[in-house]
Amino acid sequence: MSRTSSFIYDRQIRGIIFQMFLVFGLLLGAWWLGNNTLINLAEQGKSLGFNFLEQTSGFQISSTLGTWAMEYNVGTSTYLDVYFIGIINTFLVAALGIIAATFLGFALGIMRLSQNMVVKGFATVYVEVLRNVPLLLQLFFWYFAVLRALPSRRGQVEIFEGAAGINITGLYLPAPIAQSGAGVLGLAFILFVGIAIWLKRWAKKRQYETGQIFPAFWVGLGLIVFGTSLVYLLMGQPIDWSFPVFKDTGPALRRGFQIGDGMVIVPEFIAVWLALSLYTAAFIAEIVRAGILAVSKGQTEASYSLGLRPGVTLRLVIIPQALRVIIPPLTSQYLNLTKNSSLAVAIAYPELVSIFAGTALNQVGKEIEMIAMMMSVYLTFSLLTSAFMNWFNARVKLVDR
Amino acid sequence: MKKLSLIVAGVAALTAASAVQAGTLEDVRAKGFIQCGVSQGLPGFSNPDDSGNWTGLDVDMCRAVAAAVFGDASAVKYSPLSAKQRFTALSSGEIDILSRNTTWTMTRDTQLGLNFAGVNYYDGQGMMVPTALGVSAATELDGANICTNTGTTTELNITDFFRANGMSFNLVAFEKADEVVAAYDAGRCDVYTTDRSGLAAQRGKLTNPDAHVVLPEIISKEPLGPVVRQGDDVWFNIVRWSLNAMINAEEMGITSDNVNKLTFNEKTPAEARFIGTEGTFGKELGLADDWAYQIISQVGNYGESYEAHVGPNTPLKLDRGVNALWSQGGILYAAPIR
Repeated sequence: MSRTSSFIYDRQIRGIIFQMFLVFGLLLGAWWLGNNTLINLAEQGKSLGFNFLEQTSGFQISSTLGTWAMEYNVGTSTYLDVYFIGIINTFLVAALGIIAATFLGFALGIMRLSQNMVVKGFATVYVEVLRNVPLLLQLFFWYFAVLRALPSRRGQVEIFEGAAGINITGLYLPAPIAQSGAGVLGLAFILFVGIAIWLKRWAKKRQYETGQIFPAFWVGLGLIVFGTSLVYLLMGQPIDWSFPVFKDTGPALRRGFQIGDGMVIVPEFIAVWLALSLYTAAFIAEIVRAGILAVSKGQTEASYSLGLRPGVTLRLVIIPQALRVIIPPLTSQYLNLTKNSSLAVAIAYPELVSIFAGTALNQVGKEIEMIAMMMSVYLTFSLLTSAFMNWFNARVKLVDR
Repeated sequence: MKKLSLIVAGVAALTAASAVQAGTLEDVRAKGFIQCGVSQGLPGFSNPDDSGNWTGLDVDMCRAVAAAVFGDASAVKYSPLSAKQRFTALSSGEIDILSRNTTWTMTRDTQLGLNFAGVNYYDGQGMMVPTALGVSAATELDGANICTNTGTTTELNITDFFRANGMSFNLVAFEKADEVVAAYDAGRCDVYTTDRSGLAAQRGKLTNPDAHVVLPEIISKEPLGPVVRQGDDVWFNIVRWSLNAMINAEEMGITSDNVNKLTFNEKTPAEARFIGTEGTFGKELGLADDWAYQIISQVGNYGESYEAHVGPNTPLKLDRGVNALWSQGGILYAAPIR
């Protein structure tokens, strides 16, 4: 046997050679893709580049948190602003959706394990129906159901007289306008929250050491509410409120809520948020149920035999152990919810896919750049969510002693 | 060694595939049909009928190209596209021709890498409001909620119009036309804006079509026409001349009924060139010489197509107006075939 053949028959060296072929093939593939794209773009008289981000956009965007935060103004705002508006709106609906879906999902999951047949039946029907109807249909259902259920633009349902009302154009609420001194109020609020957290830790430590229980949650909450209110009064009420104005006289077109007074939550947002939260909650409910069932029955029995009541048993014994089973699949649900928010394009909620990869893309035609920018946003959101949930998972997972 | 040969084969396949963006005509010939991008259902322009066949003025454009290329107007497959998807579908090669009430603008012609092969309907943007609002002019619409489609010139025009008049408004932009109509019908918006032909076409979908009025203002120029990718002149010429043939035929009085008689009757030189018994006009396009004959015998001339899909005897009831021939008071004027 010659030296070269032994070289080939050496497993390690053969492995390296194949790896090199693979890497080479991948590089070649990437080069081919890039080169082909450039050739085809050149054929169509297009080029790559991000200069378009400085161009001013010529279209109006439905008023939402994004347009308010970026102070969107047709004629002066650029496509970069449009991009940020899309990101803010996507983030808003995803974040609020995650919060609502989590609370609702946990409640439903626990309800499904209830001894009460009505409660259990309701949760089961909810989960089975919501899980098995496509999200897009639910989105349409909520949007058009929300729209049809509400009074027309010239009418309203008053929630608080002169302060809040709802009709087909949205939910109108008072808008806070910060005056000088509002910053101090914000700092005070953060301070009180900090104290409340510290109180909770102190109470826990004391309970470990002495066994005495201190109602840290209620004391903390009271501290935040009353403390902040006190500072608010002391600072001379540094927040002004702009109340929505409803007119029911004058020309027909001008009746209804007036633009510029108070703040409006558009029905598109409400529908997207409802659909995403309710749909994802059904999945979270199943995850929570599975997590709780994964905790051995002996834990419950042991807890009861120590004299703990069922509520306390659930909160202090079962849930903490169930969490380590719940969190990894819960993370996927959060990621799904964020990505599903792109379906909002169907009902005119101006999120990233709708205004950036939709309206803006059609005006400037930079498909590759814009889709890449959009994808990077979803990737970043997903990675951040994952990172946070992994950190949380590491905190709650069972510690081997 | 098997793996290695697999890799080599894969690389070879990849390099071979990079020639995929060749001439559209060859591609179309090879697959045997034309992939035509149309709307998701705009009556009169591109809309599936009861039996699922696409019909309309824009559909006839694709059928005409198919008749010219294959001698068979039915060799077309349709891709319903939203306004937002349409240009990407065309640039990516998913469709061969976009005939979807698309406005010819400078940005689209230059920045988007597209070519407009002509105009098959001269339109303008209009606004529809419920009669109950008591609005008689667009300048009274300060503070209105407006529904429209995303990814259209409509969004830009309406913004321009309100800015120019110093009025405020809120724009609610949907992806699909049906959703715009549904939201407007539900009362989400005071105004529905799109091309006037679109307003006429979508009106029938409202719960009570008679309770709405189209305002007199036309706030933009919307020349609608077929679109192809930039950089393929052969294909561009075929689409452009298919449209020109339809318009010229109307001007010359050639219809689907009498075009057959032309083949054996006495004819003028212009008619002979048109149906391909004289000259090699088809060959210069890369087609058969009877290409125009095939278009007219299978699809009809422009006037026939107009009357059948959007004219006064259709639910859209659109008068010819500026879309009449130049010789009849309109602006339709096609370059001659010679």
